[in-house]
Amino acid sequence: MLSIKNLHVAINGREIIKGLDLEIHAGEVHAIMGPNGTGKSTLAGVIAGREGIYDITEGEITYKGKNLLDLPIEDRAREGIFLGFQYPVEIPGVSITNFMRTAVNEIRQYKGLPQISAGDFLKKMEEAKKLVGIQSKLTNRSVNEGFSGGEKKKNEIFQMAMLQPELAILDETDSGLDIDALKIVANGVTALRSDENATIVITHYQRLLDFIVPDFVHVLFEGKIVKTGGKELALELEAKGYDWLKSEV
Amino acid sequence: MEILTKDFSLAAQMVKLFDDNHDLIFKSDTPEITDRRKIALEVFKRLGFPDNKDEKWRNTDLKKSLQAEYNYYFEPTFQKGIDLARIFQCNIPHLETDMISQLNGWFISENGGIKKHADGVIVGSLAVAQKEFPDLFDQHFGRYADNEKSGFVALNNAFACDGVFIYVPDNVQVKMPIQIVNIIHHDQNIFVQNHNLVILGKNSQLQLVQCDDSVDHQRSLINTVTEVFIGENASLDHYKLQNKNDVATLINSLFFHQERDSRLSTNCITLNGGIIRNENYVRMNGENCEANILGVYLVDKFQHVDNQVFVDHAFPNCQSSELFKGIVDDSARAVFNGHILVRPDAQKTNAYQNNKNILLTDKATVNSQPFLEIYADDVKCSHGATVGQLDETAMFYLRSRGISIENSRMLLMYAFAAEIINHIKIEPLKIRIDDMVKKRLRGELSVCEQCVLHCSTMEKPINFEIDLSKI
Amino acid sequence: MEKDGNTILDEVTKSEYKYGFYTDIEMDMAPKGLNEDIIRFISAKKNEPDWMLEFRLKAYRYWLTIKEPNWAHLHHPAINYNEIIFYAAPKKKKQLAGLDEVDPELLDTFKKLGISLEEQKRLSGVAVDAVIDSVSVKTTFTDTLSKLGIIFCSFSEAVQNHPDLVKQYIGSVVPYTDNYFAALNSAVFTDGSFCYIPKGVRCPVELSTYFRINAANTGQFERTLIVGDEGSYVSYMEGCTAPQRDENQLHAAIVEIVAMKDAEIKYSTVQNWYPGNAKGEGGIYNFVTKRGMCRGAASKISWTQVETGSAITWKYPSCILMGDHSVGEFYSVAVTNNYQQADTGSKMIHLGKNTKSTIISKGISAGHSSNSYRGLVRMTRRAENSRNFSQCDSLLLGDKCGAHTFPYIQTENKSSIVEHEATTSKISDDQLFYCQQRGISAESAIGLIVNGYAKEVLKQLPMEFAVEAQKLLSISLEGSVG
Repeated sequence: MLSIKNLHVAINGREIIKGLDLEIHAGEVHAIMGPNGTGKSTLAGVIAGREGIYDITEGEITYKGKNLLDLPIEDRAREGIFLGFQYPVEIPGVSITNFMRTAVNEIRQYKGLPQISAGDFLKKMEEAKKLVGIQSKLTNRSVNEGFSGGEKKKNEIFQMAMLQPELAILDETDSGLDIDALKIVANGVTALRSDENATIVITHYQRLLDFIVPDFVHVLFEGKIVKTGGKELALELEAKGYDWLKSEV
Repeated sequence: MEILTKDFSLAAQMVKLFDDNHDLIFKSDTPEITDRRKIALEVFKRLGFPDNKDEKWRNTDLKKSLQAEYNYYFEPTFQKGIDLARIFQCNIPHLETDMISQLNGWFISENGGIKKHADGVIVGSLAVAQKEFPDLFDQHFGRYADNEKSGFVALNNAFACDGVFIYVPDNVQVKMPIQIVNIIHHDQNIFVQNHNLVILGKNSQLQLVQCDDSVDHQRSLINTVTEVFIGENASLDHYKLQNKNDVATLINSLFFHQERDSRLSTNCITLNGGIIRNENYVRMNGENCEANILGVYLVDKFQHVDNQVFVDHAFPNCQSSELFKGIVDDSARAVFNGHILVRPDAQKTNAYQNNKNILLTDKATVNSQPFLEIYADDVKCSHGATVGQLDETAMFYLRSRGISIENSRMLLMYAFAAEIINHIKIEPLKIRIDDMVKKRLRGELSVCEQCVLHCSTMEKPINFEIDLSKI
Repeated sequence: MEKDGNTILDEVTKSEYKYGFYTDIEMDMAPKGLNEDIIRFISAKKNEPDWMLEFRLKAYRYWLTIKEPNWAHLHHPAINYNEIIFYAAPKKKKQLAGLDEVDPELLDTFKKLGISLEEQKRLSGVAVDAVIDSVSVKTTFTDTLSKLGIIFCSFSEAVQNHPDLVKQYIGSVVPYTDNYFAALNSAVFTDGSFCYIPKGVRCPVELSTYFRINAANTGQFERTLIVGDEGSYVSYMEGCTAPQRDENQLHAAIVEIVAMKDAEIKYSTVQNWYPGNAKGEGGIYNFVTKRGMCRGAASKISWTQVETGSAITWKYPSCILMGDHSVGEFYSVAVTNNYQQADTGSKMIHLGKNTKSTIISKGISAGHSSNSYRGLVRMTRRAENSRNFSQCDSLLLGDKCGAHTFPYIQTENKSSIVEHEATTSKISDDQLFYCQQRGISAESAIGLIVNGYAKEVLKQLPMEFAVEAQKLLSISLEGSVG
């Protein structure tokens, strides 16, 4: 589904990602771990297509057989890429309902589908809300405005449920959450898992992986994937810390 | 000495005075400086003195000040028999400054009017600097003080004969703060126009304290222009302390010209005065400049203080912050006009402006005009203004702890002013001003026979054990 | 690649002004220019009593002695008052009794504007007074209203049928000496709406006036007077459009509102005069004086405006809070694009005790436009315990436009509190990226964000207007940033 080959990315002339390879197939869950500043969020931003920050100096990314780097941000989203933001931005005055209806309809239009009916949309909203345990009130509020950290992250998963992406990238979705909120978020992600879609979980902490069980764990260190393994790699990392990597590399 | 009478327009008399005294005014000029003076006078002829019809002067009425009788001097003037040493002794405990003095707008010295220090720093009289350092003088004099800003600036640029001259060469960090004490002491009404020029070279650093005081109760009209050039990556820390008598009119125009990467912090503390008008112009003439413009004013009786701040963001990535706070009592009036201009290409500008006032009586007046004029899109600008009273909940809290109403009020007023005072980076000065503000709030500070910084007895401070940050 | 801001702006400017058509109606016109004869001509045309003519002449003579104000942040070539036609009216043979007698061309014009003058097809719950080139052509719903004692008619009719009321209130809030354009309007105003709500009556429908400039070379000078007697309530809406022309046309209106004890008056405007083309040619010069007087205790006047049109807007809807406990509100969204210039805001003059005012102003600038907020909040000595809160935000789309804020705060008593806050920002890249990542195009994202930004003001509008205003905002700005 997603294939990254020899990716090099620089920010303001400083190389952050230095030759990264990654293969992701439908039905898989990949966890990317690593210390701060090793390029985890950069990778997420590059896949989603954030403009004006990243310089892709080398390498290629193909997604469902297409050259991903040719697509503008919204078309990547419409092709099924979803980014769960580490710091979801506040958009004052724009209600979540209005925001989601606009998104759903634009994606449908891209796919040549008619606009969603009000009834279907509301039904979908109800299901998605239930999934992450959002009280009905939340949806009448402005996007992320005045949300607590936990609410913002729940809201990201709620949107993921609404848009049903093929490839979801969750960037530090677990950071700043208490264990109850973490469970809700993780359960939401697990419930949305299927054979047709794939998930990349970017995290700093091993504890999220107790709830979202990954098929692969990659360790990102100084802009490269230095180690790949199964779930047990995460445990090993938790026990030995990232310093252990330095000696390994 | 020339006498300016109240029977004719002061503006017309000034034009005549200029024309009649070319020899005195131009005596040390290069032809270029003479030309600049003549141009300035032409601008003055066109602008005249400002009146209330001028949008920028709507709230400050100078009619009375402009229709009085004044003496005007082209030579230094002192009263006979006064003890200069006594007037100018500064008594801030532990404050070590390199002090320079002006009396009635004229530089006072014992060492030929100018001193060049070993590190190349030059401090002295503007009149002498004009003769001894003509290159530096011509390069900067009248370059930043824009005649068009007001008739006062143009008039000063035309007449300026003396004032303070400071030059800090490239890469020199001046260790000891320089203090300019400007005192008006005369037995007649007097019109004074002095012009200060401060030049900071590349990577240099200076702390400058400017004190304006009166030591008698004669009427005076003071028109001061200060031009400050802050070179690349230089840093200026500037304080202005104003304690004038109730019949003094002080027009203080400050022009700060910042080159790239430079830093400016200016703090204006107004404790007393008849009519005080401070015009602060900051031009950011390069990227990555930073300016903090602060002020606090405590006015009562029929005093009038008017702070005008104009920040010109001409280049990208600069940052400016303004905070002016005032407590206005009796029938006093406080005016604030902040104007931030962000020019079309000054992207990534970060500008902040705030004016907060406490009104203590129904006769006091506050006019606040925090303006934003923005032509670039990638900017973050905000401004705010509030006029109100002491917070009732805070008052209740203090009184419920057994503090008297008077002390509670004082504590809160002090806390209000302290936000500005805390920005003073010269510790002894901070302690002194802090003390003066407390005294001022208790009504104990008056314009005494001596320099105001000379009030030597430290009062017992009121007890500040309560953690004000918790209120 | 980041999308170039200018290309998107170009696309926006191509979106045509949809009301730019012109209707060919037989007109009755005065010769160009202004003198006392023209004023007598207008007054005679309208069959006015002597006191009305006197009022006009006094205003005209005063106008001759004063100069056009120049303090606003606006630039335009001098207006030549001798090139303007000060009276233009659709020709009619006699007094109209029913809709059948209205010129079918005219009916068609209003139909094109989406306003039906046929009562059976009217907007539900809205009574309309339609004014074309300053002359009222038709007022709907009058019978229903008159049963309640509500007077809603054209200003000319009011002068004929309710001279005492008009005489009592005209110029009582905006005297002809108020300013240059108020003096001009007082001299030459041709029509407008008049509305009186009697004691204790809550007007059951929204009252609405629709203004249309049609003829070329004319100025529009209408005058609206609304009086809410004790304990009454009314919500009033005003809309406006003009044909697309290359020359600038002058619009100098006056709106006066009087609220007696416990009365509440809500005045909403969606101003969509022709703004000129993408090069800044043509468009309406809109110099308007709007002021309300909260005369009685606990009265309330609320202004809401959505300003998207006009080449130049000079307008400061204000409240004089005379009665104790009276309330003044001002909610505004002003959008400028291309070469439009707006200098708009509000004045809140607190005279009574415990008075309260709120100002919420949202400016949005795009293209080469200039958008200024200018406002005055004054707490006089008597206005004890009064409060004001002002929030003035500016949103910038593009780097060729300007957004300015000029608040004036004057406080003369110690018990009042005035708070002013303002921010200037642009739509952040983070917000755009977030929306785009959800599959929303940059253009829709901006529409969403702008409507969200203006929401606080839009929600103050009556339903019928809110929808129109929202659409208008999107049309004026769709996708103005890359």
